[in-house]
Amino acid sequence: MAQITYIQALRDGIREEMQRDENVFIMGEDVGLYGGAFKVTQGLLDEFGEERVRDTPISEAAIAGLAVGAALTGMRPIAEIMFFDFTTLTMDQIINQAAKIRYMFGGKAKVPMVLRAPMGCGTGAAAQHSQSLVALFAHIPGLKVVMPSTPYDVKGLIKSAIRDDNPVIFAEHKLLYWTKGEVPEGDYIVPLGEADIKRKGKDVTVIAGSIMVPRALEAAGILEKEGIDVEVVDPRTLVPLDEDTIMESVIKTGRVLIVEDDCRNNGWGAEVAARIAGGEAFDYLDAPIMRLAGLDIPIPYNPKLEKKAVPQVEDIVDGIKQVLL
Amino acid sequence: MISRDKMLWMLRKMLEIRRFEEKVDELFKANLMWGTCHLYIGEEATAVGACAAIEEKDYITSTHRGHGHCIAKGGDLNKMMAELLGKETGYCRGRGGSMHIADVESGNLGANGVVGGGIPIATGAALSSKMKKDGRVTLCFFGDGASNQGVFHESLNLASIWKLPVVYICENNQYGMSVPVQKASAVVDIAEKSRAYNIPGEIVDGNDVLSVYAVVKKAVERARKGEGPSLIECKTYRWMGHSKSDANVYRSKEEIKSWKEKCPIRRFEEYLINNRVASEQEIEKIKREVEEYIQKAEEFALKSPEPSIDGISDGVYA
Repeated sequence: MAQITYIQALRDGIREEMQRDENVFIMGEDVGLYGGAFKVTQGLLDEFGEERVRDTPISEAAIAGLAVGAALTGMRPIAEIMFFDFTTLTMDQIINQAAKIRYMFGGKAKVPMVLRAPMGCGTGAAAQHSQSLVALFAHIPGLKVVMPSTPYDVKGLIKSAIRDDNPVIFAEHKLLYWTKGEVPEGDYIVPLGEADIKRKGKDVTVIAGSIMVPRALEAAGILEKEGIDVEVVDPRTLVPLDEDTIMESVIKTGRVLIVEDDCRNNGWGAEVAARIAGGEAFDYLDAPIMRLAGLDIPIPYNPKLEKKAVPQVEDIVDGIKQVLL
Repeated sequence: MISRDKMLWMLRKMLEIRRFEEKVDELFKANLMWGTCHLYIGEEATAVGACAAIEEKDYITSTHRGHGHCIAKGGDLNKMMAELLGKETGYCRGRGGSMHIADVESGNLGANGVVGGGIPIATGAALSSKMKKDGRVTLCFFGDGASNQGVFHESLNLASIWKLPVVYICENNQYGMSVPVQKASAVVDIAEKSRAYNIPGEIVDGNDVLSVYAVVKKAVERARKGEGPSLIECKTYRWMGHSKSDANVYRSKEEIKSWKEKCPIRRFEEYLINNRVASEQEIEKIKREVEEYIQKAEEFALKSPEPSIDGISDGVYA
């Protein structure tokens, strides 16, 4: 199988869906000739033309809102927001409109759109270009929230997201864009709502999403040398959340560390922890559920400070050791 | 020339709106209706004149003051009344209420509880039409207050550069809740804002159904030909308060009275009679039919079942 980058896999997924369904189109700032700020859409303009690869003005609220209107009337728009931070400019259209239209209209309408954006810190872009914010959207009924961690997943998940009849928030991590992984050629999907066990282990379950998956895997590799066998569960989608896979893993290992690429306060890890504590896995816990998340601060510019703001591999190693104490 | 049938249709729709709203007001006062609502009385000519200028296949988006647009687009009064009473038989199965009535199948893309919220959605619908080449036009209704929202400006700019088949119809009823348009907008005429987006902007007497029709029709034709959007400002007035909780302290009785004298319905009736389009008897007959329809809608809604609690989570996801 070919080793390709996350960006290439994502682009392939979008391209294949655009080939498969003429109602799929992409719009956003600089997605055309420029190929997107992170080059996700590079080459798509040549293949599909300006009608289906639409450069927009800098108008995030309208980009999201036009996607809502287009989706409501039979298209399948993909709206690219240049940085996940700028989804804050789309809030009315996503939270009050896209998420609610189907329910508000008595279940008689659908809004099949994807809002995708690069999130996360680690590039020195500081507070307004580095947030993750997925928990914000995961809180809203009517939205689905996806955060792929590997090239294989990103291709399969973008295809599912495009085919889904609901508004899907698709959070790509900037630091994952240039990571490589095995991706089969041609059509396959990764269903929304299916977690993936990225590494099997018996001593402790690490639930990590997005950029925290490769970091958790690296931590697991380090601990393996110390005789600790770590299981890494990647929920892949926060909504819907695959509770079964998480529970099974916790029941097996009895110990949990949740690792988030976002600040701690009211983050998605709290939701996962509450479900574990309130569910069938509770009786199997041999230690308190631990959370490792970012600090409750805006992302700072200085590289040392930035690194400290969200969990790194060594933090995960320490966290796992604490759960095992 | 507009056919006699069409003119009588216009009168009927305006009467349906007026009587529907009066009935809603009555049901509210009798504590039979829940929540809040925003009555359209006094603005009937705008919705009807505009909707008379489009075809059944075309789309509209509406506002929080949306009953009139829904009726003008051919909305079923039974389903509307049932929705306002929160019944299962309502347009939205009792989940939407006054501010969220929609019927996507018939081209009504929804009322909207957020001021300006429907503007980019209308623009997106127009983008769909352009991409699918389905020949549809979208009428986007919004108020003078919404023209100060960011999405208004973003959407008009986008629609203009992409030449989308959408007609923006500002219903300038003089107030954004309690704030008069002069205090809220840097320009007195909302239509002037079209200049910033290089699209036609026209002012029309929003209480004159035939004028609204003529101006919107021209804009719809332009849109259908692929020449892009227009902005039409209909100067009109809401007779009632902003919503049912409005004590109406910010405007004078004289002002309200002077606008009531410009009643769009009475004016159109006079036109029809003076131009021998319809006799008084014929108009009376339409009024009786509308009255019957309203009574039936009320009965239908009152007798309709409530939604089942078991289905409370239905329709969050497709």
